[in-house]
Amino acid sequence: MNSISVKDVGKYYGRKNETVALDKISLEVSAGSIFGLIGPDGAGKTSLFRILTTLLLPDAGEASVQGFDVVKDYKEIRKIVGYMPGKFSLYQDLSVRENLHFFATLFKTTIEANYELIRDIYSQLEPFNNRRAGALSGGMKQKLALCCALVHKPEVLFLDEPTTGVDAVSRKEFWAMLKRLKQQGITIFVSTPYMDEATMCDRIALIQGGKIMSINTPYGLLEEYSSPLWGVRADNMYQTYLDVLQYPAVSQCHTFGAYHHVRLREGAAAEGLESYLQTKGHSEIEIKIISPTVEDRFIDLMQTENKYLI
Amino acid sequence: MQQFFAFVQKEVFHILRDYRTLLIIIGIPIVQILRFGFALSNEVKNTKIGILDYSSDYMSRSLVEQIEASQYFEIVEFLESTEAIAATLRKGKTKMVMVIPAHFEDDLLHQNSAQLQLITDGTNPNMATTLINYISAITMEFQGRTLGNNAMPLQIKVTNRMLYNPQLRAEFTFVPGVIALVLMLVCTMMTAVSIVKEKEMGNMETLLVSPMNPLAFIISKAGPYLMLSLLILTVILWLSSALLNVPIRGSLLLIYGVSMIFVLGALGLGLVISTLTDAQQTAMMISLTGLMLPTMMFSGFMFPIESMPVPLQLFSHLIPAKWYFYSIQAVMIKGLGVQHIWKEILILTVFTVVFLTISFKKFKTRLA
Amino acid sequence: MNGQNSIMTEGLTKRFGDFTAVDAISFQVIKGEIFGFLGANGAGKTTAIRMLCGLSIPTEGHATVAGFDVYKSAEQIKRNIGYMSQKFSLYDDLTVWENIQFYAAIYGLDKKAIKLAGDKLLDRLGLRNEINTMVSELPLGWKQKLAFSIAIIHQPEIVFMDEPTGGVDPLTRRQFWLMIYEASAVGITVFVTTHYMDEAEYCDRVAIMVDGKIEALDSPKNLKQQFHSDSMDDVFYQLARKAVRS
Repeated sequence: MNSISVKDVGKYYGRKNETVALDKISLEVSAGSIFGLIGPDGAGKTSLFRILTTLLLPDAGEASVQGFDVVKDYKEIRKIVGYMPGKFSLYQDLSVRENLHFFATLFKTTIEANYELIRDIYSQLEPFNNRRAGALSGGMKQKLALCCALVHKPEVLFLDEPTTGVDAVSRKEFWAMLKRLKQQGITIFVSTPYMDEATMCDRIALIQGGKIMSINTPYGLLEEYSSPLWGVRADNMYQTYLDVLQYPAVSQCHTFGAYHHVRLREGAAAEGLESYLQTKGHSEIEIKIISPTVEDRFIDLMQTENKYLI
Repeated sequence: MQQFFAFVQKEVFHILRDYRTLLIIIGIPIVQILRFGFALSNEVKNTKIGILDYSSDYMSRSLVEQIEASQYFEIVEFLESTEAIAATLRKGKTKMVMVIPAHFEDDLLHQNSAQLQLITDGTNPNMATTLINYISAITMEFQGRTLGNNAMPLQIKVTNRMLYNPQLRAEFTFVPGVIALVLMLVCTMMTAVSIVKEKEMGNMETLLVSPMNPLAFIISKAGPYLMLSLLILTVILWLSSALLNVPIRGSLLLIYGVSMIFVLGALGLGLVISTLTDAQQTAMMISLTGLMLPTMMFSGFMFPIESMPVPLQLFSHLIPAKWYFYSIQAVMIKGLGVQHIWKEILILTVFTVVFLTISFKKFKTRLA
Repeated sequence: MNGQNSIMTEGLTKRFGDFTAVDAISFQVIKGEIFGFLGANGAGKTTAIRMLCGLSIPTEGHATVAGFDVYKSAEQIKRNIGYMSQKFSLYDDLTVWENIQFYAAIYGLDKKAIKLAGDKLLDRLGLRNEINTMVSELPLGWKQKLAFSIAIIHQPEIVFMDEPTGGVDPLTRRQFWLMIYEASAVGITVFVTTHYMDEAEYCDRVAIMVDGKIEALDSPKNLKQQFHSDSMDDVFYQLARKAVRS
């Protein structure tokens, strides 16, 4: 069963609708899964979130959440979803407990009624029960915001960039929490600009410039990547990059931190590249087959289909 | 219902925890009233004056005694010559010199006319006028008492204003004015800002994606400020009657009733403003320039509307504070009843209904 | 001054009341290197950067930046560094050229030098046709590249960057790091913070801050060896999860 269904949804801004935020996108999210919307700022992620949470009307197409239409049945949807917008919308001048109590009452329930669901996360916050939300650290704010979005036991949870600006440790903890929520049967629709988080999702959609470039499982997405990918490194990485680009058999080279990710033209061998780099005077040359990452695939899609380049 | 109380509770927390704003809101009217009270007693009580008496006869001395006996003036100097006047005034302590020409008694008794010259420090023209009016009043009284009713009036310049406000009680216009202004400020600006703040901070987004009742939200925003403004009204009324001796001649119930209608209208206006913008700064600017200024200019408490050009007079009809100011002044100072201000009440009610309707209509259940 | 080091700190400390935000950190940044400065939220990164940029006076310890003392010569420091923050500080309502002119003038370039440096910048970024475009109309990636180029238009000795690549697409992120490489190749020292752990791998050396102290400082390769892991992500996780404050 599908929890979320999006069909040809378009959203346009500007006087003549000249700015395209969403360009007729379609996707489906099955119940009880984690679906990741992955893309940079300005790709259209927030517009899609706002349409699905009934905050914006789509200009084209239709969408439903738990079978309810986002336009007609918006009141029903608002009862059964939890939403955590990009800016954690806590009341800074209310305490942890007061925030949580307010959101529970807003959804006509109590903290106690759904304590089981949030216990895991809330237990870390309870020592700070009387602290004002404004005085919490970034990671704590994020946890409180999640508690507030969960306190009414929603069927679908919408998280718009919950990990942006949060450090790597808090991000890991956060994803662990999401996994446990999923086990409770909650559908989670989450967006992130961090591509390394994609592997935590059951399915992901890569979005860029208002278009969805690919929808797949993280594993399937990497399977789409056909030709072998080479990791290349040497002593001077910048010079290596410049030299690799000059090598005729190289079709593509991108910097990826420790290694440059290089693709060779069909039939070309890596040995040739190695001896070429040696003649250029590089030392500590290392060339090896590496497995592609979601970012490799993202860049690939952006480049092979020029329309995604903005 | 539970949900509504949660909203109200949250709102009360917001107001109480932002104690600086709270202090300012309650402090402004208190400071205004106190300032006015003290300014009043400083200005017209024991003002230092000088006398230059060329007559030194019985009549002139009696007049001077009478002036000295009043609580308004303190005679600190008896001058010898006209040349000394300028020097005395220049020092700044003495605010006025009264010159009694020679043969004051003779002129008065035989020609039924005598002259007094008042030379005042004009740096503060308002105060100068006030002093002249006070002296004139005392002189009139003096004349009535010593010469009896048959005598011709003394030839002393008497301003028109004297005639209907002999005591020059500016607080009669000031207090209702402060009430109108402060209620406008608290209700409109605070309501607008507090809603816009929810939008700016992103809270509105989460609230909308919830089974929130928009009516509960709006009422919870308006309610606490309604209570707050009634509290402030009480403080102002109490302070002005205790400190400024401004009488509350009319029905207290009527004052609160009219205020309630006005406040609801102001709240509605605040709600309307909150739908116009997403930034607290803008909401504040709109409230200040769009409402505070017209309220001060056109409610009649600072500038008499009768003396304005006709287009501006017509414009002043659109200012709710004008009608409120009239009714409060009428009830409080003149002690009039509801039968005399029903027109104003009706107009205020129309304003309120219109503003509240617009604000409910304009409240968006979605973003943008 | 030591010709080899762009930054030297010795026991650099900043306290706010009884809270020690930065706790006696000592390190050197070698001229021309790319120096990564990592840490969890609240570890003290921002406070440390502020002290180094001359925006905040240390409570204790010593530090020189570009050869200038942070206590005595804050003004000289500001003239010899570039700074690019998360919310890059270009004016949205000014055109590309107006932004270049403005910042170049702030950094004390004269008219001739502005024209020269500005032209060079436009050619390098391929923005020649966009000089009259409002910055608000540029795609995010371009804005970011422009902001970086402007931050180094006066050829500072060091450029400080606070999470410069948050939220941009992967291709732009790569192009951005190429620009950093390029700057480093011409001798500009790059001091950068990031939440992307793969970006730590670009750095010549990386310092990891935990609870106000520098817990590790080495090249990514050596750090990975030292912590027996195959990624900087894992190294960071091992260190940062020990943090007491968050």
